[in-house]
Amino acid sequence: MTGLVSRLTIRSQAAPPAPVSRRWIAPTVVLGVFGVLPFAGFAVPWVLPGPVDVVDSAGTLEVLSLGFAFAIVALGFDVLFGFTGLLSFGQVLWFATGVYVLDIALSVWHWALLPALAVTLAGGLVLALVLGALCLRVRGIAFAMVTLAFAQAGYYLIEDNPHGLTGGAVGLVASTGRLPPQLVGVASTRNLYWLALVVLVVIYAVTWLATESVTGRAWLAIRDSETRADVLGLRPFRLKLASFVLSSMIATAGGLVYLLVVGTAAPDSVASVTVTVSILVMVVLGGAGTRWGAVAGAMVYVYLQQYLLKIAAEPSFASLPAPVRVPLSQPDFLLGMIFILFVLFAPGGIAGLADRAKAAIAGRSRKGRH
Amino acid sequence: MYFLVASGLSLIYGLMGVLNFAHGVFLTLGAYAAWEVAGRLPHSPAGFPVTALVAALAGAAVAALTELLLIRPLYGRPLAQILITIGLDLALVGLLLGMFGSNSRAIAVPSWVSGVTAIGSVRIPDGDFVALGTGLAVLGVLSWFLRRTRYGIIIRAGAENRDMVRALGIDVGRAFTLVFTVGGAAAGLAGLLNSVVFSGSLVDPGQGDQLLIFAFIVVVIGGLGSIAGSAAAAVLVGLVQVYVGFYAGSGAGLAQLGNMSVVLLLAVVLLVRPRGLLGRTT
Repeated sequence: MTGLVSRLTIRSQAAPPAPVSRRWIAPTVVLGVFGVLPFAGFAVPWVLPGPVDVVDSAGTLEVLSLGFAFAIVALGFDVLFGFTGLLSFGQVLWFATGVYVLDIALSVWHWALLPALAVTLAGGLVLALVLGALCLRVRGIAFAMVTLAFAQAGYYLIEDNPHGLTGGAVGLVASTGRLPPQLVGVASTRNLYWLALVVLVVIYAVTWLATESVTGRAWLAIRDSETRADVLGLRPFRLKLASFVLSSMIATAGGLVYLLVVGTAAPDSVASVTVTVSILVMVVLGGAGTRWGAVAGAMVYVYLQQYLLKIAAEPSFASLPAPVRVPLSQPDFLLGMIFILFVLFAPGGIAGLADRAKAAIAGRSRKGRH
Repeated sequence: MYFLVASGLSLIYGLMGVLNFAHGVFLTLGAYAAWEVAGRLPHSPAGFPVTALVAALAGAAVAALTELLLIRPLYGRPLAQILITIGLDLALVGLLLGMFGSNSRAIAVPSWVSGVTAIGSVRIPDGDFVALGTGLAVLGVLSWFLRRTRYGIIIRAGAENRDMVRALGIDVGRAFTLVFTVGGAAAGLAGLLNSVVFSGSLVDPGQGDQLLIFAFIVVVIGGLGSIAGSAAAAVLVGLVQVYVGFYAGSGAGLAQLGNMSVVLLLAVVLLVRPRGLLGRTT
């Protein structure tokens, strides 16, 4: 697996970084727009299906909140895959841990929210340390397969419904009895939206600090060549374990947000290998090894998936001829095709395309001056 | 049975280093092609081999196209090859869902496949014999093909050192397309037989992906690129799954214990012996 990710994420040499004050403009604007979105009382064709009101009748806020939850998970996967070069096929296990442990703590043990959150994160931490230390004994494809095996074991465990804890294949609806009133009921959508957004921003900051730190530089070194990093005196095993644990904890946090937003846990939508694949697709689509790319990839993925379903349900859609209608009614088909095109023609993902566009603009303006 | 499912995957992965996530959908496509044909043929005992042939051809055709259009441009980028098969799997399963809906379809099979034979006091479904026979036949043909034929030798040489074989004036690309095609044919056949033997002749769009995980497990436990290893691992995995499932899985809440023991078996094998039972050292 050595150096593969770097080969996938080769990007054109970026222009020298803009002054610090200017680099903050775009993120602040984006954050501001998303922050005040719940007050948008109008529809935007193609983007906002209906006006956003208190009860979120068009479902926009819920889709976006779901997007934020997956953006958190995608950031976590990016730390492991994009920045450290470890391809895991078991990322869903950490997400499912977050969703299910919190759900069980709230609904079966009837705990209050804060202790439930704390126990979930602590459980995720211990599990990630133990399994990470085990899985990281092997490399490359074998690592991917061992992580896949543990994630599948988790899936079967959930399906088995031991002691009636997980609700089996049917799933487990989160009981709202002990939740704070702001997070319950029809008007809670806005609060949950802001909560998800805040957690995403915090996780983004954590990821940023981690990947820009000395440890983060060492991860990049391992990604590009583990042997070289080893020879240089770094300790690849410890560093990889740190990346693994951080990535898993972020995924667990994403699971917590998911449960609060969606309110129910079902094995097929939370713990199956399909979810691992979607996380992988989000990160590669956005651009592995870039933080905002992972977030953008997740948002685009979730938005397209939900939005395409809505379009397919419109009455005018049924009048299209079958060869056009059938493929278009399947978000998975379109997302799969988009993904294939990206892998073939834009290996850097959305972030890579943006970089290329920036470089092209910069090149043109430079030419214009001469 | 697991051997049939895994053989194509093992072939492609072992010889080309491409971990084919679309293998699952190749299985499903084979089964659907068989369903289409079986519905049109007159119901006769001789129809089933034709159906099986169509399933194999459908798998082969899709696999050949995949290799030519998607895998070939990405040689030298193994990760991108893995990713693109993931995308393909997503897209094709979606397409099948759109075309056939999510409900299962039943394939018409003649009585000599769906019946039951009694040997002493044990009653064994005839489909099991068909699957066993086909599995052995595929194992034999693949081994012969790789060891004895000119193409087989080119393929094995190409897997070892692609540039050297090319320097000798041999078109390795065509040989690799052939590997993918043969793997796809095995997948199409396996998809049909799996439906017949295990799911009561039902076909549904998601079936391949469930099998894919077990195919991975078989290939990895058996050792990468070793067809014989895959066969041994397939028997091991099948026995563990059935016995654990039978003896321990009868209690409440333990229905998935058979599956769980298999994935844990994979983890243990990999951690103790990362190259698998009969894998090459690299």
